[in-house]
Amino acid sequence: MFDKILIANRGEIACRVIDTCRRMGVATVAVFSDADRGARHVAMADEAVHLGGPAPADSYLRGDLVIAAAKATGAQGIHPGYGFLSENPDFVDAVEAAGLRFIGPSARAIRAMGLKDAAKALMEEAGVPVVPGYHGADQDPAHLEAEAARIGYPVLIKAVAGGGGKGMRRVDDPARFAEALESARSEATTAFGNPAVLIEKYVLQPRHIEVQVFGDGSRAVHLFERDCSLQRRHQKVIEEAPAPGITAEMRAAMGNAAVRAAEAIGYSGAGTIEFIVDGAQGLRPDGFWFMEMNTRLQVEHPVTEAITGIDLVEWQLRVASGEPLPARQEDLAIRGHAFEARLYAEDVPAGFLPATGTLAHLRFPEGARIETGVRPGDRISPWYDPMIAKVITHGATRAVALRALERSLVDTEIAGSVTNLDFLIALTRHDGFRNGEVDTGLIERDLAALIAERAADPGARALAVIGLAGLAAPETRGGVTLWQPLRRTVAWDGGEAVLEVLGPGAARVTLEGAAHEVRWRGDRWWVDGNLRRERIALHPGGVSVFGSGSLHLSPLDPLARAGADAGGDGLTRSPMPGLVRAVHVTAGQAVKAGDRLAVLEAMKMEHSLTASRDGTVAEVLAAAGDQVEAGAPLIRLEEEPA
Amino acid sequence: MKLTSSALPSSEQFRANREAHLALLQTVREAAEAAAAGGGAKAMERHTSRGKMPPRERVANLLDPGSPFLEIGATAAHGMYDGAAPAAGVIAGVGLVHGQQVMVVANDATVKGGTYYPMTVKKHLRAQEIAEECHLPCLYLVDSGGANLPNQDEVFPDRDHFGRIFFNQARMSAKGIPQIAVVMGSCTAGGAYVPAMSDVTIIVRDQGTIFLAGPPLVKAATGEVVTAEDLGGGDVHTRLSGVADYLAEDDAHALAMARRAVSHLNRVPVQNVLWQSPEPPAFDPDELFGVVPADLRTPYDIREVIARIVDGSRFDEFKARFGETLVTGFAHVEGCPVGIVANNGVLFSEAAQKGAHFIELCSQRGIPVVFLQNITGFMVGRKYENEGIARHGAKMVTAVATTAVPKITMLVGGSFGAGNYGMAGRAYSPRFLWTWPNSRISVMGGEQAAGVLATVRRDGIERAGGSWLPEEEAEFKRPTIEMFERQSHPLYASARLWDDGIIDPRKSREVLALSLRASLNAPVEPTRFGLFRM
Repeated sequence: MFDKILIANRGEIACRVIDTCRRMGVATVAVFSDADRGARHVAMADEAVHLGGPAPADSYLRGDLVIAAAKATGAQGIHPGYGFLSENPDFVDAVEAAGLRFIGPSARAIRAMGLKDAAKALMEEAGVPVVPGYHGADQDPAHLEAEAARIGYPVLIKAVAGGGGKGMRRVDDPARFAEALESARSEATTAFGNPAVLIEKYVLQPRHIEVQVFGDGSRAVHLFERDCSLQRRHQKVIEEAPAPGITAEMRAAMGNAAVRAAEAIGYSGAGTIEFIVDGAQGLRPDGFWFMEMNTRLQVEHPVTEAITGIDLVEWQLRVASGEPLPARQEDLAIRGHAFEARLYAEDVPAGFLPATGTLAHLRFPEGARIETGVRPGDRISPWYDPMIAKVITHGATRAVALRALERSLVDTEIAGSVTNLDFLIALTRHDGFRNGEVDTGLIERDLAALIAERAADPGARALAVIGLAGLAAPETRGGVTLWQPLRRTVAWDGGEAVLEVLGPGAARVTLEGAAHEVRWRGDRWWVDGNLRRERIALHPGGVSVFGSGSLHLSPLDPLARAGADAGGDGLTRSPMPGLVRAVHVTAGQAVKAGDRLAVLEAMKMEHSLTASRDGTVAEVLAAAGDQVEAGAPLIRLEEEPA
Repeated sequence: MKLTSSALPSSEQFRANREAHLALLQTVREAAEAAAAGGGAKAMERHTSRGKMPPRERVANLLDPGSPFLEIGATAAHGMYDGAAPAAGVIAGVGLVHGQQVMVVANDATVKGGTYYPMTVKKHLRAQEIAEECHLPCLYLVDSGGANLPNQDEVFPDRDHFGRIFFNQARMSAKGIPQIAVVMGSCTAGGAYVPAMSDVTIIVRDQGTIFLAGPPLVKAATGEVVTAEDLGGGDVHTRLSGVADYLAEDDAHALAMARRAVSHLNRVPVQNVLWQSPEPPAFDPDELFGVVPADLRTPYDIREVIARIVDGSRFDEFKARFGETLVTGFAHVEGCPVGIVANNGVLFSEAAQKGAHFIELCSQRGIPVVFLQNITGFMVGRKYENEGIARHGAKMVTAVATTAVPKITMLVGGSFGAGNYGMAGRAYSPRFLWTWPNSRISVMGGEQAAGVLATVRRDGIERAGGSWLPEEEAEFKRPTIEMFERQSHPLYASARLWDDGIIDPRKSREVLALSLRASLNAPVEPTRFGLFRM
């Protein structure tokens, strides 16, 4: 067993690895960038080594610095976590060349799975089902139609050179194949100048089910499946294990296929085989196909740990230090059901835009497993994945575990950044999800309902007013007046209420004409005679009320009076934190409304920023390559002539 | 040490008492509500239509949310001036700004333009007196047309008239008691000196005006035609004249500025007494209505009241076996140590000596004294006069008059004759004096007064050889009895500011606590007693 390891990662996964190390008595070395000097994973480690600038390319992706840090601190192994260097075979080679252990698979295994097509071919050879399709050069229509029949309808015709849905046709009825092919080809020719197409099986109701495998280089076992179908734009949102509706027969088929896949490449350590599954007619043993293998620990590994009782990081350390597989397949069993929800700093209604902010208030409930890399007061920086925490619950049945998840999310308190918390809570209450009817299209389909702004409960708002007035703390809950209560206004950015303190622990809050009586009794809040579940939290950003969705109010500074000179400032601001990719205008340039001014890259997506009106560029306030915060001014237009 | 109670909440008597007290309370509540309504709905609408906040809301928005408000003279001028001046047209009281106690004096412009009636002046001066004695920063929310002209003879010339307001401001400022004015409306003639005499003055743009003479008087005097704003508006005073220091955009902004001004006062709290953690009484204060007889003539044990006011109902009774008609002892009220002097019958010589002794004790230790008055007077008759009850009474009066520890007086029943003096009546300058709705105050009982007058009359008739029928005597006595009944009513007393206000007895503990806290803002000076007639 290792005496000391280095964790080449940050955030919750670094913390999670340190937790297991601490339990096993293994000393830990953390690494950090300039942005993470005060981060939780650094505070938790026995030692920590500075790598470089905040950009991953200057820090967490610098394999040379990581290896040097391990050598300097005497660490014997490097745990890569997920992301960053975790699936980089050259790094693995370098680690081994430096005489250190890489806590993960061999470079060879990573390479074997790194190229998707080669991986599929390898899997087919090993007898693992892959998505049926035709990628051949023979483009004769009759041959293509025969291939479509072999694959089985419905099928998808795709332009080889395609993208953006152009030259793509779904065919349900063999009689219409020729016609669809013709139109796909002509569109492909127009769009790409290349009429060549490929044919794939069209999965009607795709589900993403993956199998956790673990190998020691020769043998492998599987630790059952996880269902990760709740996704949006290929980002997993809530994962669960086991997969709802799966049969023992299908589980065995998938598990065996996964073990075959792992053994075929002599896999060592934790890995995940991802399958696409057709849920249209229930789960069937012949209805799953290999997608890819992730040669690392997955974000969602805790649900597997919850149902198997196994610490996968412990297994990683044991196998990497030379022990054989800690369990045989027959030793492994599923106990109950588990969920994991990924809590992010992101603006869901604005299209899941990543957000930043200082976590003015952060409290997690008891009773759930929480994996987090942040503490109250920590900043969600624009440099890394804006994950705040993973909330994991376990229960005897799916229904129990899902209730526990809902409850835990409702009891989670975060302020200081917008989050997807309300969205996650809405998901836990989604009828289809509750019934186990999951597929990868669920979120996009029901997005409107899931992000529908719920009007804040008036009782919760009344409590927020109490908090804003400074009456939430026991010592300030209000004093007596001789006869009438005093009526005062309480204002926040977005409204105001009338507050009358009726005495110690009692007040009347009038919101939009409706009066609510708030009392503090038996250490709980009561509104209009009813006991409330809400909790009031005061923090540097204002007041939050948790328990019925999150409600945040920021106080107004009564001394701040805007001058009369506000108004359209002609500023184009960054809609989210990100990297300025390009600036397309220069000062003095005339622009028309809708013209592209700059391009911002955030979360692997490029966003064009366009002129909101006709005008002349007065000033360019950012340059390509700048990392900017949400709301940062980028381009200023000259004032419009009055 | 812990008091016991013989109250039987389910008894007929308890319920009857309660009903009677609730009826008395209701009368006062209605008077207080009428006073709080100020000049009425129409005047209020005119006031708010100018963008002004209602006067009581100004006070509320000045104070911390949830601040207690120890209102002074809530029913002042009740039944006076034909009801023209509810609450005497000014709101006054002690509240918290940024956690520190301040005295707020706010004109109610909905009441005759906030002009000063005699009782307005008296209330304003009383608020200043409290502030001066308790070292409370003063915040004046000014919105007043100055002296009420039809009453000028009763508000302008005398020592305790209008001019005394500015005298007090200067004297308090000299003592380091901050004076802050917020000009939210007119500030005319003498009133102009309120902001001018303040340490810091805030004025609301297009709303506050300060001038010695308004546009009509200027035109009459010199023929100059000028608008109020150009004559003395916020812009003029903050930019040209320097009469005001801060220009606010509206009432809310001005009040926020006043709060900020308080936050910069740098007043270090004085530590006078050893505070303990507060503890509620073991007996519910709500039961006060049941344990106190509705009829003043029915005797009861004053410890039933003490048990519902002091922390944990714990009372270290001093000299319990001596002079039993006066109950003395140590306790805490919301953590503040107090000496309690409470009547439990007529004052005899022993009781008066005991009272003087106990007040000396409190003075020696720097402990504030709370007087619970329910007193028909000192005992009369040859035996008592001969043993020198006047001498013993004088000891108690001397002790009460000259002690330097804060005194808080609460009239929980009768307050008659010299008993009022020995028990720190108004003339003895208690820091605060509060009354219960069932209290009565007069030089003697109405029956006794009518009896004295009737005896004199009968003697005259009989000397002249005439005779007086009992019916005639009763008819003679009736107007006196009625006059005493009317004038001894707490609303009559409070209207004239013989006290600081009538309170709901169930809030006695909170009111005492706030009064004590306010009193202890000022350092407790060492006592130098007058000569005790031995």
